[in-house]
Amino acid sequence: MKKNQNVTIKGTKDGLTLHLDDSCSYSELKKELDIKLSESSRAGEDRLISVRVQVGNRYLTSVQQEELKELIRQKKNLIVESISSNVITKEEAAKQREENEITSAAKMIRSGQVLEVPGDLLLIGDVNPGGTVLAGGNIFIMGALKGIAHAGCRGNKKAVVVASLMKPSQLRISDCINRAPDKDQHDEKREMECAYIDENEQITVDRLQVLMHLRPNITRLQGGS
Amino acid sequence: MGEAIVITSGKGGVGKTTTSANVGTALALHGKRVCLVDTDIGLRNLDVVMGLENRIIYDLVDVVEGRCKIHQALVKDKRFDDLLYLLPAAQTSDKSAVKPDQMKKLVDELKQDYDYIVIDCPAGIEQGYKNAVAGADQALVVTTPEVSAVRDADRIIGLLEKEENVEAPKLIINRIRSHMMKNGDMLDVDEITAHLSIDLIGIVADDDEVIKASNHGEPIALNPNSKASVAYRNIARRILGESVPLQPLEEENKSVFSKIKKFFGVK
Ligand SMILES: Nc1ncnc2c1ncn2[C@@H]1O[C@H](COP(=O)(O)OP(=O)(O)OP(=O)(O)O)[C@@H](O)[C@H]1O
Ligand SMILES: [Mg+2]
Repeated sequence: MKKNQNVTIKGTKDGLTLHLDDSCSYSELKKELDIKLSESSRAGEDRLISVRVQVGNRYLTSVQQEELKELIRQKKNLIVESISSNVITKEEAAKQREENEITSAAKMIRSGQVLEVPGDLLLIGDVNPGGTVLAGGNIFIMGALKGIAHAGCRGNKKAVVVASLMKPSQLRISDCINRAPDKDQHDEKREMECAYIDENEQITVDRLQVLMHLRPNITRLQGGS
Repeated sequence: MGEAIVITSGKGGVGKTTTSANVGTALALHGKRVCLVDTDIGLRNLDVVMGLENRIIYDLVDVVEGRCKIHQALVKDKRFDDLLYLLPAAQTSDKSAVKPDQMKKLVDELKQDYDYIVIDCPAGIEQGYKNAVAGADQALVVTTPEVSAVRDADRIIGLLEKEENVEAPKLIINRIRSHMMKNGDMLDVDEITAHLSIDLIGIVADDDEVIKASNHGEPIALNPNSKASVAYRNIARRILGESVPLQPLEEENKSVFSKIKKFFGVK
């Protein structure tokens, strides 16, 4: 009798993909994975092969994910590149939604005040020196940015800061920091500008219009012409 | 029922006490019943600026701790006929001797008898500030045209905006030197007002007469001939609801005049 194929391996030019069926039990899956990998383990090769793991509609806890990675890692030349699943928990879904939301606020952020949002921030008002705005995503300020803005504060390097008047005391994007020049460039206009992390991993400030090329994902408009 | 106005700034030494004394005096000149309250416990000044130091018997802490009735602690300003009083701060205690709810109760009581309660706030944002703001209905924020003073004013405005019982604060810019403003060596009035984005209720020139008057215990507002006096009186009129246009700082004329004098070699 032919056994169910709960584990299938496919080779591509980028490495291997492991498809783990989602209808069997987790312990069954582990057992079968172990056998499967043992028989196909090519101990002779010393080249490292990266593996992408697809688990279909199975939800794996982070402990289970670690277990699977460990199991695969034991086969000398295999490295798990990613584990992807079609399902996420409600909390993760809520968090993802939050992070994709634009929060708008019409207020002044004064010295000593902090405003933080999980997603994008649309602020209608100024950020004064000593005031701070933080966003998991992008920061758009219709007003003067004279304090600190930290976009992508949870690690998103693609995040940008946009301001009608760009005179920040400090700009942060993800873990990059850029502070204002010590000498105040008083007469410089600095209107309608954006800040982003460039290819040298540094924060660059430029005209607003460059964004549509650099960060096309900011556009959420669908359709149209 | 009167209204309580707190005079605050965040930064020290920018002119809160001077403003309290003069705005209070100017309101009394308009025939209003005014009670000045000094909440700067441990560093009281308002009595000295008003020239009332020698008549103090009881103070704010005595009232709060029940050692006397409010009216026993109030010092009457003899220059006015029963219109202007001062509740002095204690000099021997510190700011923790009074709690915000006690202050609120006290101010509410004063509001029964007076048209305006003018509360002089200590510098800082701690206990003393919280006490001063507790009973206030309105707030005037004093700043000078210096970056650090404006920064602290911004901080205080942020805190005041969170106080539910206090109306949107208004701004006084004090100690303006118009020649420095013109040269761009000082922040100018528009710049400061735009930066803080609150209503401006008055600008006061830097005027030696203010210091002289304070040293004599005679608030400058009593002297109609000084330009700072006019400025304080205008602030009082605006508090009373009149719309008085901002006066150009008279110093400008003087500086033109002195230039001419220099030109003719007169010293
Ligand atoms: N418009 C003015 N022109 C000249 N001198 C002024 C003016 N306003 C205030 N001063 C002077 O500045 C000094 C400080 O003023 P004042 O005591 O009113 O400040 P304050 O804010 O109450 O200080 P503190 O924070 O210590 O309570 C005093 O010597 C006062 O005379
Ligand atoms: Mg004072």
